[in-house]
Amino acid sequence: MSDRQRIYTGAAGIGEKVSGEVLVAHDNFSARYDLDRINGVFSRPQHKLFGQSYVGKILVLNIAKGGVATAWMLREMADRDMAPTALLLNAANPIMAQGAAFANLPLIDRFEVDITSVLKTGERVAVDPAAATVKVL
Amino acid sequence: MKLSEHEKAMLAGEEGPARRYAMEQITRVGAFFGAADCVEVSQVHLMADPESLGHAGVDFLESLAAMPKAERKVRVATVTDPRGVDFEAYKRLKQTEAMVDLERRAVAAFEALGIMMTNTCINYQTILPPVMGEHLAFGDTGSSIYANSVLGARTNFEGGPSALAAALAGRTARYGFHLPEHRGGTKLFDVDVAPGDLAEWGALGALIGKAMESYWDVPVVTGIGAAPTSDELKQFGAALASFGSTPMFHMVGVSPEAPDLAATFDKTTPRPVKLGADDIAALVKSYRPKDDALHVVAFAAPQLSLVEMRTLADLLDGRTLHGSVALLAATSPEIKSACDRMGITNAIEGAGGMVLSGVCFYQMYAREIGEANGWRRLMSNSAKLVNILGGYGYEPMLASMEQCVDSAVAGRIVGAGT
Repeated sequence: MSDRQRIYTGAAGIGEKVSGEVLVAHDNFSARYDLDRINGVFSRPQHKLFGQSYVGKILVLNIAKGGVATAWMLREMADRDMAPTALLLNAANPIMAQGAAFANLPLIDRFEVDITSVLKTGERVAVDPAAATVKVL
Repeated sequence: MKLSEHEKAMLAGEEGPARRYAMEQITRVGAFFGAADCVEVSQVHLMADPESLGHAGVDFLESLAAMPKAERKVRVATVTDPRGVDFEAYKRLKQTEAMVDLERRAVAAFEALGIMMTNTCINYQTILPPVMGEHLAFGDTGSSIYANSVLGARTNFEGGPSALAAALAGRTARYGFHLPEHRGGTKLFDVDVAPGDLAEWGALGALIGKAMESYWDVPVVTGIGAAPTSDELKQFGAALASFGSTPMFHMVGVSPEAPDLAATFDKTTPRPVKLGADDIAALVKSYRPKDDALHVVAFAAPQLSLVEMRTLADLLDGRTLHGSVALLAATSPEIKSACDRMGITNAIEGAGGMVLSGVCFYQMYAREIGEANGWRRLMSNSAKLVNILGGYGYEPMLASMEQCVDSAVAGRIVGAGT
């Protein structure tokens, strides 16, 4: 990471370049367990982002948890324009990677730092999955 | 990734767009996880309920189903996870015709691909149990963790799009739990209590699952005295996988890759985390509601085995459910058929319960049927189900099957220390 120009590098990425505003929490993530996908908000009461809209945001969360449904759900959400713009995780699991690949939703994981501690909600970033980098704008 | 000539041909579209899709999906995911090559699989277990698929997923399936037969047929034995609609029960559950229509379209597409509609998450108990060392593409967390841990087979969590890709290509990317180096233990748990029932086995799995820090963590469990039953390991593994997104555990002296502690850790054995009766009780208590109101009792996640169905029927023998509480028991079509034959279905439904076939509670539009039927407070003996349903607008509570049945008969939560 550069101090002047904040760039964070992950291990691998999927999808195309995007930019947008981040929504950050150190909580974990599963589309089935955590989201009201119809209304586009976090619906699990115990989740730190409970009640907040994720639509059009770059979601920054800790690890992928829960079941396998997310692999289908990301594309279904994108099809209705009710998806996040990208996912930045400390640790994805295969389900998140499979869902991102199927939905063409940008995903990067395994950063050199705890990505949930260095990005703040509301910051704008540029995501480059091919380079596995996130640049704060 | 290093690809064979056949794999390159599929990726180039020489065997049609369905197999090109399959190889694109496999190689994109494989590259993300650094897979060196592909591994052939012998069985695929496909999760694709209509709630998860949505219209986008069903449109995609129909686009594959419209291709010529030679291009669209799966290349290995492929079975399905529970569906979203039981056509015999959907009206009683107040599911909508739109849900049923989407389900019918998905089923027609799967059948056109040559997929066997087993509609079960307990395929390892009821269809074709995998064997030691067999490479699979299993697409339910519960079936994956059971296959890896209890049977010694090899699979990652293969979500629907990737399980379908594996079925079409006959292979998947070789990474993660296909590789011996990822199957060793990373965390140690010493259990000094024998869980008393399936709910407690699920609670134990939940406690360990909560301690997992990523998909790559593999817990090793010691202190389990007598060998658990298949149903006990089913509940334990399903909860562990649900709370932890973890596809494998070792149980020393029980699971095949853990004959002793030394076999499970490559280098240093970590300091054990102690788990006992108080920890299980605290996990169960964390779901205890403020009052005794009750709307629905659900036995599912995983679907019930024939033995569990028999137990439930015996608990309901000579009793009648309270009119204000619904009781649902979900099982596989094969087990439902056996229950019909053995009088178990009649016993459960005669007491006022519903036996559901080929579905699972959380995969059948749980939010919508909860709202349509006025169900908010739910009891179950499945820790996995309780974990999932909080996000679906329910107030779920974990209790033994006996407590769930007693409460459904009383019309309010009883016997669980509310």
